[in-house]
Amino acid sequence: MSVTADQQGAAVSRPGGTFWERRSMRTKRLVWVWSFLALPILFYSVIRFYPTIEAFWLSLTNWDLLKPPQFIGLANYEKLFADPQFWKVFKNTFAYLLVGTPISLLLSFVIAYHLDRVRFMHGLIRGLYFLPYLTTAAAMAWVWRWFYQPAPIGVINNALGTIGIPQQPFIRSVDQALPSIMLTAIWAGLGFQIIIFMAGLRSIPNTFYEAARIDGLGEWAILRKITLPLLKPTTVFLVVFSSIGFLRIFDQVYNMTTNDPGGPLGSTKPLVLMIYQTAFSSYAMGYAAAQTVVLFTILLFVSLLQLWILREKK
Amino acid sequence: MRRATLFAGLIAGFSTLALNAAQAVEIEYWQYVFDSRVKAMDQLIENFEKANPDITVKQTTFPYADYQTRVIAAKMGGQGPDVMQLFYGWLDKFVAGGLLQPLPTDAFPHDKIESEFFPIVSAMKRGEDYYGLPTAVRSLALFYNKKLFTEAGLDPANPPKTLDEFVAAAEKATKRDAAGNLIVAGSTLDMAGQDHQWWREVLVRQFGGQPYTDGDRKVAYNTEAGEKALKFYTDLQTEKKIGQAGFMDEGQAAFRAGMAAMTIDGTFRLGAFKSIEGFEWGVTELPANDDGTRSNYASYFANGISATTSGEKLEASKKFLAYISSPEAMDVWLKTVGELPARRTAAMTEANLADPIYGPFLKGLEYARTTMFVDEAAQRQTTIDMANRVLLEGQSVKDSLAQAAAAEQAIIDAAAPK
Repeated sequence: MSVTADQQGAAVSRPGGTFWERRSMRTKRLVWVWSFLALPILFYSVIRFYPTIEAFWLSLTNWDLLKPPQFIGLANYEKLFADPQFWKVFKNTFAYLLVGTPISLLLSFVIAYHLDRVRFMHGLIRGLYFLPYLTTAAAMAWVWRWFYQPAPIGVINNALGTIGIPQQPFIRSVDQALPSIMLTAIWAGLGFQIIIFMAGLRSIPNTFYEAARIDGLGEWAILRKITLPLLKPTTVFLVVFSSIGFLRIFDQVYNMTTNDPGGPLGSTKPLVLMIYQTAFSSYAMGYAAAQTVVLFTILLFVSLLQLWILREKK
Repeated sequence: MRRATLFAGLIAGFSTLALNAAQAVEIEYWQYVFDSRVKAMDQLIENFEKANPDITVKQTTFPYADYQTRVIAAKMGGQGPDVMQLFYGWLDKFVAGGLLQPLPTDAFPHDKIESEFFPIVSAMKRGEDYYGLPTAVRSLALFYNKKLFTEAGLDPANPPKTLDEFVAAAEKATKRDAAGNLIVAGSTLDMAGQDHQWWREVLVRQFGGQPYTDGDRKVAYNTEAGEKALKFYTDLQTEKKIGQAGFMDEGQAAFRAGMAAMTIDGTFRLGAFKSIEGFEWGVTELPANDDGTRSNYASYFANGISATTSGEKLEASKKFLAYISSPEAMDVWLKTVGELPARRTAAMTEANLADPIYGPFLKGLEYARTTMFVDEAAQRQTTIDMANRVLLEGQSVKDSLAQAAAAEQAIIDAAAPK
């Protein structure tokens, strides 16, 4: 059977070539390219885009997993914007973003800038900075959770005690909980940012520096006039990347405060944790979808704003 | 001729085998993963299959965090268990979602259920129907560390019986270092643990109030009694200084580590506490108030039959459910999981009541209540926040209580069927 089919195929292709063979090189290449591209596009459509669009629709319904979703207009959004809990969470999320991003970038740049000049044990130091990034967020969060405990078991409080500083409540406090968790998150992401900054620093040609030094420019001027401007693409990438990271913070918060998720009186609760609780603890899927849409909008807006602010001025 | 008989015999043999195979019904049972529960259920299934060779039961388990979602998703997908385990607090949701069918009254007559099980089984009743039966129930008790009791000059054979004695014992057992830091807590204070149940169903009642009315659909603790109950609780930290919320991270961790003389916890903690080696501990009933009023909070996982199960699977499911709610099954469960039998006769045996560990929990069951939660996690959170506002933000007890009552009422109202 297959033999005859092959023979027929060969017979047909002989006179003018098959449909495929008659296409130009360019068309053929296009078909190849698109058949490879189709796979990820299809994958993304099914796994990413379709659920995203579905979430927009769900946010207008009262779906609770059990009953078929009913259209309720903007009721979920009205409820959300009237909910003081949401505004608290909104404030927390922006606190993570507006404090966490600049501090972590400044810190990682300073470390990368100096580490770049260190020759002694360079690899080891770099490895130590990078190590937290490789550790599971949950495991790390639990270690820090115990660091922050009161005196008999908390390492930090024990250390404070020995030098005569009174006990700090850290994650048990309404005021200190958020900075305590932010510190952990910054520390966890630092390694990655240092590596990226160092790669950026290495890509600046040495000749620029040599020329500047010959012209008698000081270190500070070199940093301001050469290093920082040429490092801009790296900075833009890290600002956007780190902002999205802080806007989506979840692991650290959830694991450090599992017994009172989101810290005392919701003082550390970010938007993602609120979404998680609404969806998988209260099963209010429609309401959770509305929160997700709000988060999506914030992420989109913040990312576009940053790209616009840090755009290349021509 | 002889050959023919043999042949006929063989055929008959095969056909009965075939018939048996055709009659074998497989039903599926779902519960969440918890090692001892799965083991106990394996044993129950084995016993059941031995007694009912024509029925096989397949046990499927999921992690607790996913369990509800899996059950609900399976229903949407048109597939799911025939018999499933559910927390009593999920019943409204499961009934509203059409996941369960009422227990057939021929196999589970109401008068039998009501006379044989502890009264808390009424939490499985909606309208005229029961939707599930528990194998085992859990209640709360006061755990105490005998070593710390002795060190503090307290009698380990005579644990506190009243709230006053509880506070006095805790004050004696509390230890602080030179800087005033807590080293040993007299009692754990952990609203996120079982304290919120203790406050809601026990303390509020002991101070003369009631937590809810109208089938737990109206919050009723925003009264003078509720205020006294909350003040009693927060005073434990602020005035009596016998403990501190967040000490050793969690109440049960503090007790386990031998750094808290007392803690209020449930039967489900027995497994974890049994591995304690550093000290001996005891269990006693939750303290009574001055007029001897006692209360307790009981909860349970029940087993119900799926709404879509019918025909011979339904018959098999009825048999299976009847077996896993039988006194025999309850005994297996008590021995394997450590949870108390849900039937009065199976629970209140002399041996059980005399047991130094099970005894206090069983006594608690007699007067225990269940809270009809609409969203346990969210309602628990309002109670945690209520205490935190007083302890961390210095809000007045009265205002914090009023705020909590309003927040919890909003949660209950939002869950009400429209």
